[in-house]
Amino acid sequence: MAATAARTDQTPEPARRLTGAQIALESLIREGTETIFGYPGGANLWLYRYLPEYPQLRHILVRHEQGGAHAADGFARSKRGSVGVVFATSGPGALNLVTGLATAYLDSVPVIAITGQVATTAIGTDSFQESDVIGSTMSVVKHSYLITRAEDIAPTIKEAFHVARTGRPGPVLIDFPKDLQAAVTEFNYPEEPIRLRSFPPPPRPDAARLRRIAQLIREAKRPVILAGRGVIISGAEETLLELSHKANIPVGWTLLGTGAYPVTDPLALQMVGFMGAGYTNKAVCDADVLIMIGMRCDDRVTTKLDSFAPRVEHLIHIDIDPAEIGKNVVPHVSVVADADTALRELIPMVEPKREHEWLTQIDQWREEHPVRFLNHNGLLQPQEVLEEMYSRSQDEAIVLADVGQNQIWAALWFRYSRPGLFLNSGGTGTMGYAFPASMGAKMANPDKTVFCVTGEGGFVMNMQEMATMVENNIAVKVLVLNNRSLGMVRQFQDDFYEGVRSAVDLSFTPDLVKLGDAFGMKAMTTDKLEEVGPMLDAALAHDGPVLMNFDIDPLANVYPIVPLGKGMLDFVEAE
Amino acid sequence: MSQTRLLSVLVENKPGVLHRVASMIRRRGFNIDSLSVGPTEDDSVSRMTIAVHVGKQQAEQATKQLSKLVDVITIDDITGLRNVAHELLLIRIHAPAGQRREILDLIAIFRGRVVDVAPNTLIVEVTGSTEKIDNFIELVHPYGIKEAARSGAVALVRGDEARIRLVDFEIGTDVTERSAAPAQGEAADTTGTV
Repeated sequence: MAATAARTDQTPEPARRLTGAQIALESLIREGTETIFGYPGGANLWLYRYLPEYPQLRHILVRHEQGGAHAADGFARSKRGSVGVVFATSGPGALNLVTGLATAYLDSVPVIAITGQVATTAIGTDSFQESDVIGSTMSVVKHSYLITRAEDIAPTIKEAFHVARTGRPGPVLIDFPKDLQAAVTEFNYPEEPIRLRSFPPPPRPDAARLRRIAQLIREAKRPVILAGRGVIISGAEETLLELSHKANIPVGWTLLGTGAYPVTDPLALQMVGFMGAGYTNKAVCDADVLIMIGMRCDDRVTTKLDSFAPRVEHLIHIDIDPAEIGKNVVPHVSVVADADTALRELIPMVEPKREHEWLTQIDQWREEHPVRFLNHNGLLQPQEVLEEMYSRSQDEAIVLADVGQNQIWAALWFRYSRPGLFLNSGGTGTMGYAFPASMGAKMANPDKTVFCVTGEGGFVMNMQEMATMVENNIAVKVLVLNNRSLGMVRQFQDDFYEGVRSAVDLSFTPDLVKLGDAFGMKAMTTDKLEEVGPMLDAALAHDGPVLMNFDIDPLANVYPIVPLGKGMLDFVEAE
Repeated sequence: MSQTRLLSVLVENKPGVLHRVASMIRRRGFNIDSLSVGPTEDDSVSRMTIAVHVGKQQAEQATKQLSKLVDVITIDDITGLRNVAHELLLIRIHAPAGQRREILDLIAIFRGRVVDVAPNTLIVEVTGSTEKIDNFIELVHPYGIKEAARSGAVALVRGDEARIRLVDFEIGTDVTERSAAPAQGEAADTTGTV
């Protein structure tokens, strides 16, 4: 080693003097960034000036910053361990990110947003395209930084990635004044790992509490596990499967936890809650020991709060975020830890067992309350489209769902076997999410089939991204379940708002085939079941993005559903 | 049951941190009675003393949400502990010559100080607990209060040892041990019951 160390080419390279923009781009590369979704403007032009010098950074010019934020989210969600990156300029550009950041925040998705800001000397003067981006985004990001000195650029970016990835992930915004993008300084990327006294890593699970949980599992007569997105983020799907098989505990999941447990497993329940499967709700309401892992237990899970798990004697909550413990439901035993670590340590403490009566009871509920749809009128049903799609997914396809009826149908009619195959805006419920997010998912997974399931309402909210998709040949297969109305709102109005339909008619949705043609996107339409399969085959055979419009039964509803204000067992089923 | 809880919060001395803390409290729907912020023995750290009017479960939620903020180093709910929590009051009292003697007696009882004398008014400084300040204001009210300014409480827990030493917060500290033990006489919180 001494001999090689003496060689001149081993002496450390003197620090290079670079512009702030170059430093930022080099820092992104050091953090593993390969794809950036973005939109240029007056306050980030130095970044764009230097971007072409880094061909290893692929920049996708989106057509609206919201599309960029969702695409970065879809990229990160679909590829575990990755961080999505989005660029926007100051003022309106940055403000257009807000919905996308909120979406990523509530669903714990690591995204880095780098926004141009007016020059440090102009901040606070209401100069052109100036807005208080830090203030405007404060409640929808995990953390944010305003860079005030050129020497802070590299350390800030490194810290931002650390914060975005560590513990419960989330979006982090960096506001980057344009004069600092041009300022020249020495580039030294910090080699030391980030250590922040105010942001410690997640704690180890408490062994005494794990032992207590193992004991409760041993004594349980009617145990149930519910898995949330925390299981997926943590990569705990295998340990979860092992635990449930070892102690024969049935597993249900939240909307965002879809894929955390294989739907086809004999111990699988289904989605829980407001629009969950009846048999899952029954199991949760009868459970004596309920183990919630990596979930927030929000109102879409609990429905009316006091109807949630009324017979539970021991409620157990495992989550990496201490603030989730006791926020909505107060547990008897809690563990603050990464889900995979906690389950890995719990499994050896758990004894193999099987509560035959309980599992038989659940099988009976599963038969009595199947998730099903009925076709009364011969019109094309959305679930029929999804079944055709599922039969072509080979258990590998990534499905992005938008918000509304299409989201619940896509969650329930696909038998997801793994995490990362079903992505949706479960927390904020952002309409218009799926289409741009599917671009990100396809960019992150170029070898996988990516389906985007959306409605005509959500699709047109971000349909400008057709241009991005066609330009970059991002081969997403889009299925618009077109019922000529805002279906979920229409269903609510019919059932819960005295039947008065108001502002839900979308008969004037443009002709999506012509729209696709205008963007140069292959587009097809049908209202006949027998044409669905061939259309999907044609779409999958086409090397590029495809827009498929399915004119479905305008009155198709989501079932089961718990009427507003009612409890978990008041679910209404398809009949 | 709602009560005023006293949170002692150590934060990184960085721009915008007050905004982050205030914004979090507002967003989660907690009501601030008072908030004071100032430097500590360590230049890089500021201490905020926040009095919030909340129920116990809400207080726990406020504490946890605040400790999630990246710039918050530690947060300590010191309600009910043996603490010294003092406010500073500056108050301009209508005090014409005829009533000045009486007012000065009151000030002496409250161990206040006259810091400015004008022909018809006095500015008085009183420090102490919120309750003491409230009492003083009530008693001088009949003489006529021209204006008043209160600082909000700042607090430290009594005893030899610093309750929180920053060196304890090196990397690897268990997050569940970050906030100090719950206030005396209270059952373990919802994160702790087994």
